[in-house]
Amino acid sequence: MARAVTTQRKIVFTALAWIIGLAIFFPILWTILTSFKTEATAIADPPVFFNFDWTLENYRVVQERSDYMRYLWNSVALAVGSTLLGIIIAVPAAWSMAFVPAKRTKDILMWMLSTKMLPAVGVLYPIRLILINMGLLDSKTALIFILMMINLPIIIWMLYTYFREIPGEILEAARMDGATLKDEILYVLTPMAIPGIASTVLLNIILAWNEAFWTLTLTTVNAAPLTAFIASYSSPEGLFYAKLSAASTMAIAPILILGWFSQKQLVRGLTFGAVK
Amino acid sequence: MTRSLRALMGATALTAAGFAVAAQAETITIATVNNGDMIRMQGLTSHFTDMHPDIDVQWVTLEENVLRQNVTTDIATGGGQYDVITIGTYEAPIWGANDWLVSLDDLGDDYNIDDLLPAVRGGLTVDGHLYASPFYGESSMVMYRTDLMEAAGLEMPEAPTWDFIREAAAAMTDRDNEIYGICLRGKAGWGENMAFLTAMSNSFGARWFDMDWTPQFDQEAWANTLDFYLDLMTNYGPPGASNNGFNENLALFQTGHCGMWIDATVAASFVTNANDSEVADQVGFALAPDNGLGRRGNWLWAWNLAIPASSDAQEAAKTFIAWATSAAYTELVASEEGWANVPPGTRTSLYENQEYLDAAPFAEMTLRSMEAADPTNPSVDPVPYTGVQFVAIPEFAGLATEVGQLFSAALAGQMSAEDALSQAQELATEEMEAAGY
Amino acid sequence: MATQHSRSAARLMMTPAVFLLLVWMLVPLIMTLWFSTLDYRPMRGTFDCCEGLANYTRFITSSAFLDSVITTLQLLGGVLLITIVGGILLAILLDQPIWGQGIVRILVIAPFFVMPTVSALVWKNMFMNPVNGLFAHLFKGLGLEPIDWLSQAPMFSIILIVSWQWLPFATLILLTAIQSLDSEQLEAAEMDGAGPLSRFGYITLPHLARSITVVVLIQTIFLLSIFAEIYVTTGGAFGTRTLTYLVYQRVIESQNVGLGSAGGIYAVILANLVALVLMRVVGKNLDA
Repeated sequence: MARAVTTQRKIVFTALAWIIGLAIFFPILWTILTSFKTEATAIADPPVFFNFDWTLENYRVVQERSDYMRYLWNSVALAVGSTLLGIIIAVPAAWSMAFVPAKRTKDILMWMLSTKMLPAVGVLYPIRLILINMGLLDSKTALIFILMMINLPIIIWMLYTYFREIPGEILEAARMDGATLKDEILYVLTPMAIPGIASTVLLNIILAWNEAFWTLTLTTVNAAPLTAFIASYSSPEGLFYAKLSAASTMAIAPILILGWFSQKQLVRGLTFGAVK
Repeated sequence: MTRSLRALMGATALTAAGFAVAAQAETITIATVNNGDMIRMQGLTSHFTDMHPDIDVQWVTLEENVLRQNVTTDIATGGGQYDVITIGTYEAPIWGANDWLVSLDDLGDDYNIDDLLPAVRGGLTVDGHLYASPFYGESSMVMYRTDLMEAAGLEMPEAPTWDFIREAAAAMTDRDNEIYGICLRGKAGWGENMAFLTAMSNSFGARWFDMDWTPQFDQEAWANTLDFYLDLMTNYGPPGASNNGFNENLALFQTGHCGMWIDATVAASFVTNANDSEVADQVGFALAPDNGLGRRGNWLWAWNLAIPASSDAQEAAKTFIAWATSAAYTELVASEEGWANVPPGTRTSLYENQEYLDAAPFAEMTLRSMEAADPTNPSVDPVPYTGVQFVAIPEFAGLATEVGQLFSAALAGQMSAEDALSQAQELATEEMEAAGY
Repeated sequence: MATQHSRSAARLMMTPAVFLLLVWMLVPLIMTLWFSTLDYRPMRGTFDCCEGLANYTRFITSSAFLDSVITTLQLLGGVLLITIVGGILLAILLDQPIWGQGIVRILVIAPFFVMPTVSALVWKNMFMNPVNGLFAHLFKGLGLEPIDWLSQAPMFSIILIVSWQWLPFATLILLTAIQSLDSEQLEAAEMDGAGPLSRFGYITLPHLARSITVVVLIQTIFLLSIFAEIYVTTGGAFGTRTLTYLVYQRVIESQNVGLGSAGGIYAVILANLVALVLMRVVGKNLDA
């Protein structure tokens, strides 16, 4: 009897979870489906779900019009570059905050987070003038730096909370064995922190990939990532749902796939110290 | 400008010059809108680079608002990111007067500047210098469904009045079958609902400012305009009209939801294109409506190519513009894609070309609409500004977008026409005082 | 444990991050403060000194200012409410034994990977469009009059779009927290006759407090500067103009950099006020 109740319960919960899951995923599914329709089918009433003539025409048109690979490469370079640079700067800082806490550590952390609250558009002119002066408009270097700075507080925070969960005794033991500070970080901490670092890296790649203000206003050609690619399909004259869907699918597919494959790693460290 | 800012810009010029020397083939970066004619131009790039192997062309194609934002910030900060920019007739005279654009008086003999339509050319000229070369031009006109008009037992005159439009809209509306008598822009924005409403207000005798630059939203002519528009749209317009811009209305018209649509003349080639439009064979054209006051409610607009003064490849950029806006380019498009697809509305010679007139049933109405607009004298009463559906002052875009949001809210039923107008008056007064008028 | 040596080493290791963030914050901030005292309107070619506080007065006295602050807070509150309540429910559901849990989890977190511009474009055009959108088709199928979401319920629509993007984030963090909950404790409570609601109220919810704090804090940081979703959908019309958007209109649309800069400073002040309140109300939860 008890077993039957659990199975029944399981069926109900499974059904509920799947319905909600599919509902949440539906907009993405619909976009992907639409990308294989003709413009006329895309707005057909009543809407068609699977029973239509699948076509790759939209992808062909989009590829012909814009060099997808160049945008993709720029997106990858910006997201990965800014994240790695951020990690290099953040690891030592987070380490020292976690293992040598001072009175002001928490204040410093909160101050770092607060720098993220400066509204980007308010400082657009200052940043642009500085970049022009340095000859760095439309350069990946400048954007990698800016995206790194935007996400640095989050990176530091995530690493900090992760490091804090590493028991201090291990470090002391290592120190007893004569490990130097460098050894401590390289051979003791880093291996233990790898899962935390991995999830930090993933989250920040996602955030950098999706950043759409600076990447749009400071680039033209050489550094323009997929956010600019999307902006050339958003609302042209004429019917555009199918082409927009194709471009959208192309823009989100890489990061979606990365996210799905690495979701275990992502989830593991995505606690911000909230779970003890 | 202060010395420090000038120093900043000087430094830029130096760095830019350094790059130019290092470059091998000259690269020009062209910023343009993602409209059909520009996409076509991008597709034909190889014809240009074959003729000029020493010039590399880089395209930056963006949605109109993003493009305007990027180009404006670039030119205002002297960033020099673009060598050729696509700008409207609103920006051209302002930026030209600020010396931000290179004058285009020497585009070569083949350019034949006298062939440009006078109204368009006049809007791009400051102190006798041409600052932008028109790529395509448009006015606005009435597009209507001949089958629905016939079923309603009415006949569209060549030059309808607003009262006739209302009568026809009422007769054509069939809500049960989702056919709405009239589709008009309602989406907020100076280039969206305000382009339409400003042009419409001209035919009602309204104007933005009087000769002393006093805002005129508290005058009766504006109240008449807005009341008429709201009445028309509420009773005979599609649902959600307050979010409809050009594209949304185009989609509606192409799928057979609109009886009439008053919008850009370039839409004519879309709605008559059988590939995209379900109603391609049933579209008729007429001049924009009037009220018997001597002005019609049509606008005048052109997308133009210009060169920012901060460009480091001005000669190559001129070569490109001379190519892309020439009569020869028109012929190239005609031979590649057919006469119906050539960019319209810039040159007199196009409208004397029988092949074009045969291919484009809307050509004559387009030309007549463009000729009916007078940017220097847009309304019934005299005004201190130029521009039919805009006011060529730098403050206009921001102000008109905010006013547009008020009118859009009125259309959505969130405020009364009276409140919208009085708030618009307040806004405009505030803005104009701050701007020092 | 911390020796003098490691203390100074620690300080040294923090220096790059702190220095960079300081520069990143101060240089633009000082330039913005400088601009905010100028009559800087690039379109007019003005870059003139000494407006004093005129830009600040103008920005704060304009009728749009107070509305925009209220809109900002509404958006923030609405999204936080939906994502946290929804996130808790969803996390509890996903914590149950169900078939295909891994796949469901993948479906649920997917929106988090979608670019804000793309999600706004998709929702606006393919779902909320009153004629061609799916919702309109659905309503018509049910014999109802289609709603024009973005003008008739603009705030609700934007909150919905933004919540869709952030719900996965909240769910993930809350799910990890729920999974770390000691199941014996719950079972013991069940033995003692505690109903599901009181079990939730006395055991689960307190256990989640820290996670909720984290979600609120992180989302607030991102939500205060939300831009793309408004830009793409309503363009700030119909009372959806947040403070960030108002600053955007002043700087870009009106090309009045002086006035916009003053607005930017107000936005910084608002952000810090919100942060301060957050710290006061929920910050204790962060102390370990």
